[in-house]
Amino acid sequence: MVKKQEIIKAESKEFNFHYADGTHALKDINIPLYEKRITALIGPSGCGKSTFLRSFNRMHDLYPGNKYAGEIILYPDNTNILDKKVDPIEVRMRISMVFQKPNPFPKSIYENVAYGLRVRGENNKRLLDDKVEEALKGASLWNEVKDRLQDLAYNLSGGQQQRLCIARALATDPEIMLFDEPTSALDPIATVNIEELMSELKKKLTILIVTHNMQQAARISDYTAYMYLGKMIEFDETDIIFTNPSKKETEDYITGKFG
Amino acid sequence: MSKTKSTVSKALAKNIRRNFVERLIEWALMLSGLIAILITFGIVFILVTESIPFFEAVSIKEFLTSTIWTPNFEIKNYGILPLVAGTVTITGIALLVAIPLGTITAVYLSEFASHRLRETVKPILELLVGVPTVVFGYFALLLVTPLLQKIYPDLPTFNMLGPGIVMGIMIVPYIASVAEDAMRAVPMAMREGSYAMGATRFQTAKTVVMPAALSGIIAAYILAISRGIGETMIVAIAAGQQPNFTFNPVESAATITAYIVSVALGDLEHGGIGYQSIFAAGIVLFIMTLSLNILGQWTRKKFTERY
Repeated sequence: MVKKQEIIKAESKEFNFHYADGTHALKDINIPLYEKRITALIGPSGCGKSTFLRSFNRMHDLYPGNKYAGEIILYPDNTNILDKKVDPIEVRMRISMVFQKPNPFPKSIYENVAYGLRVRGENNKRLLDDKVEEALKGASLWNEVKDRLQDLAYNLSGGQQQRLCIARALATDPEIMLFDEPTSALDPIATVNIEELMSELKKKLTILIVTHNMQQAARISDYTAYMYLGKMIEFDETDIIFTNPSKKETEDYITGKFG
Repeated sequence: MSKTKSTVSKALAKNIRRNFVERLIEWALMLSGLIAILITFGIVFILVTESIPFFEAVSIKEFLTSTIWTPNFEIKNYGILPLVAGTVTITGIALLVAIPLGTITAVYLSEFASHRLRETVKPILELLVGVPTVVFGYFALLLVTPLLQKIYPDLPTFNMLGPGIVMGIMIVPYIASVAEDAMRAVPMAMREGSYAMGATRFQTAKTVVMPAALSGIIAAYILAISRGIGETMIVAIAAGQQPNFTFNPVESAATITAYIVSVALGDLEHGGIGYQSIFAAGIVLFIMTLSLNILGQWTRKKFTERY
């Protein structure tokens, strides 16, 4: 299945998820994330893609009653992200996330990017300046905002706001970045910008992305998992999923017969 | 041909009726809006016309600068400053109690409490709003002041500290409720963004949710100040009704509202200058609350956040 010599960065093993209302949203999911690769999750609405993604930084902890079972192992240190003893805040410091709708904070551009470092207690002005510049460059936003870092983040356009959120997530040097349909609220040009940015980012870190847009998954990802009704139907290299899937359900979805 | 004509005229007739009803509704809505405005103007009109005779007898300069307010004495003095000082001091004490307590309560309810706890506590808190202020007045006079006297024995029975604290307690639910609504209106996506950066609950509340809800929180404070300035019974009962020009909380004092109520209870004959003085005092009260409301509107506009 995986021909190239790949390093596993994280892996879900027999992962199950129950929402507080009892919904069994994810069933025995086994998906590896390869280091410095983009893994895409595709599937019809309600199939559990976002639920799965949000388990990687324990976002479900915010709402009482949600239950995880199985493991999500983070390598190289073999940490089980879901372990009760593992502090979700620690997890979120290593695995950052970009949301569907840009959600900048009601602060300046600078403070938005510096936020993650500030909550870690970093107040050294010079270090913050450097990190903010580096992150904004990494999110290819620096040239557009370098003269107005103290402006309110809401004054940016939607696409710029989303790149600001990427810069915010980058500033803390995460190992994995999660993207939950990052371009679904953006226009086509902003979408292209974000996609190019992701291809750039994977040189440094591992990416997991949920997308409704199959062309997007085909364009940017190295691996793709097709999910349906809380189950992982097929996982493989993106080329194989889109040209020669081994399961009939995957093929039906890819070719548009279903979904 | 005739058939089409009749449908057209029918449709036209329907249109005319619809337009008429629309117009009628529009007028009805405008009328109800006008009534509120007319009442406000009526109040201002009465305040001004009734206080004209007062200002014919007492100069505006004396009214605004004299520090003695003695309408009941042989030598009558009409300086509003003692009443303003009493109002400001007691409201100030109340805010010192209510702003921290109300804000902390709001943050707790909005960001920390479980859904069930919040749904239980908030209605109870809002019940406090329904307690008649007379009850709070006696609470100040018979419970809080005696307690304070144990710590500070020289405290007179009638003072500003006791009623100020009790007024603060009375205002807490106003602040907590309005500020909590404002914080809860902050979209969950923004909180998730903060948590995803590794922030704790408290960091999220302090650095993301509160700034995002700032306009609502300030509105809550201003509502509380207006409420404090306008509060009558607590002060009338527990602060002593003695117009002293002092900001010292351990002295007794009267506020603008307490003075107005004492006159209304019949200490002064109707029609005299003393009676007219309540309208002059009313104007001052009106201007104070009006400027606060304008300030509230302005801060709200200035700090309104777009999510």
